[in-house]
Amino acid sequence: MSEKHLSSQFDSELGAVSTRVMELGGLVESQIRQAIYALSQFSVEVADQVTGTEARVNAMEVDIDRELSSIIARRQPTARDLRLLIAISKATANLERVGDEAAKIARMVRSIIQSGAPRSLPSLELRVAADLASGLLRKALDAFARLDTAAALAILKEDDLIDKEFDGFVRKLITYMMEDPRMISPSLDLLFLAKAIERIGDHAKNISELIIYIVKGADIRHAPMAKIESVVK
Amino acid sequence: MSSTITLPDNPPVLKAESKNLDFYYSDFKALKGVSMPVYENRVTALIGPSGCGKSTYLRCFNRMHDLYPGHRYDGKIELHPDDVDILDASVDPIEVRMRISMVFQKPNPFPKSIFENVAYGLRVRGEKSTTYIEDKVEAALKAAAIWNEVKDRIGEPATNLSGGQQQRLCIARSLATDPEIILFDEPTSALDPIATGSIEELISEIKSKVTILIVTHNMQQAARVSDFVAYMYLGEMVEYGQTSDIFMKPKRQETEDYITGRFG
Repeated sequence: MSEKHLSSQFDSELGAVSTRVMELGGLVESQIRQAIYALSQFSVEVADQVTGTEARVNAMEVDIDRELSSIIARRQPTARDLRLLIAISKATANLERVGDEAAKIARMVRSIIQSGAPRSLPSLELRVAADLASGLLRKALDAFARLDTAAALAILKEDDLIDKEFDGFVRKLITYMMEDPRMISPSLDLLFLAKAIERIGDHAKNISELIIYIVKGADIRHAPMAKIESVVK
Repeated sequence: MSSTITLPDNPPVLKAESKNLDFYYSDFKALKGVSMPVYENRVTALIGPSGCGKSTYLRCFNRMHDLYPGHRYDGKIELHPDDVDILDASVDPIEVRMRISMVFQKPNPFPKSIFENVAYGLRVRGEKSTTYIEDKVEAALKAAAIWNEVKDRIGEPATNLSGGQQQRLCIARSLATDPEIILFDEPTSALDPIATGSIEELISEIKSKVTILIVTHNMQQAARVSDFVAYMYLGEMVEYGQTSDIFMKPKRQETEDYITGRFG
């Protein structure tokens, strides 16, 4: 398709708001990396940095929403442009939620450290799921920037892996709690933490669905994989 | 969301249909094999850049082109339910225009009173009964949402009305003869936004009585008032579909480029 509008101002507005989403994505990604680092090193300092970034993420979400409303009001976008703006609005909400999950991980890390029992819990095993989730988000953002539906499809399939990791981890935590009731409280913290990681994968999945919506115009949420594959093909 | 873009449960009924329609201005082929349905009690909008043939196509529906020599139709426009081909030489264009009336870009009231403007079509038909004519005029003016503004000055010249009122009067004049289809050729391009809004509102209201085919340069207007949209370019029908589909996810790249403002 011809990429340029007759109005170059419209082009630059769309470009600017897309760039802002990528900036937000980058910020959120770094939040997750820090949260994972705080978890693996049991570092209260790094955990504090994660929660410190939250205000910036929130402010960026509000900014992007304002820009989106302004473009919709003044340009009355249609078709692909309209789909892009709707998708950006939803992707922004998803990214802000990822930021919230990162902050939640940081809070749990602090709580586990304060409980004094960090080393006796299988927290390091969460690294696998955490790396999967943050990798998935990075791929989703890359695919969003390039509007790559094949990559989006791959992400949708990969999210299942995180869900499986999560289920396995829950079973393991239960054995820890049964062995030593003193571990129940920190184990619950770890469970919430694992849940937060699993949610990050879900948000990456949502963003991937939006990529397919922008490019193909099909809403594939809740659709079976065979249907999604036929849309992307 | 406007209720005009969601279809009621009952499927639309075919009112008219062009089949492989070609049209020539002498040697120039202005329409190339245009086939399209027009559904009853629905608004169908024709969009496309200047010179794409949308007004030419619209005018075929009431044989406007017959007024000039050298113009030639090829193909059919069938009007249902009687399946008559309105382009057929044996069909009287006056008869066609009784069934399919037209509202133009610039309001064109006759230099007569408000009342006589609306009564005109009935009188041309040979209607003599004063009560019948009075009732019909009142009903048409009410349907065109202008009755309250003119009922106390119905004998005044129609040219005293504002542009928006004149256009609604022209719509009332069309409605008075109970046409099956009304053709609108850019009916609001000479009007201000408020008058435009009232004409659009009116179009949505009268479509329960009549089938509407509208040409518009204003894409947002097509999105607001129509149920179906046809995108034309260089005399061809590029894409036809439900308005919500065309504006959200058109099938053809050319349509997408045009409606998103990338074409030109």
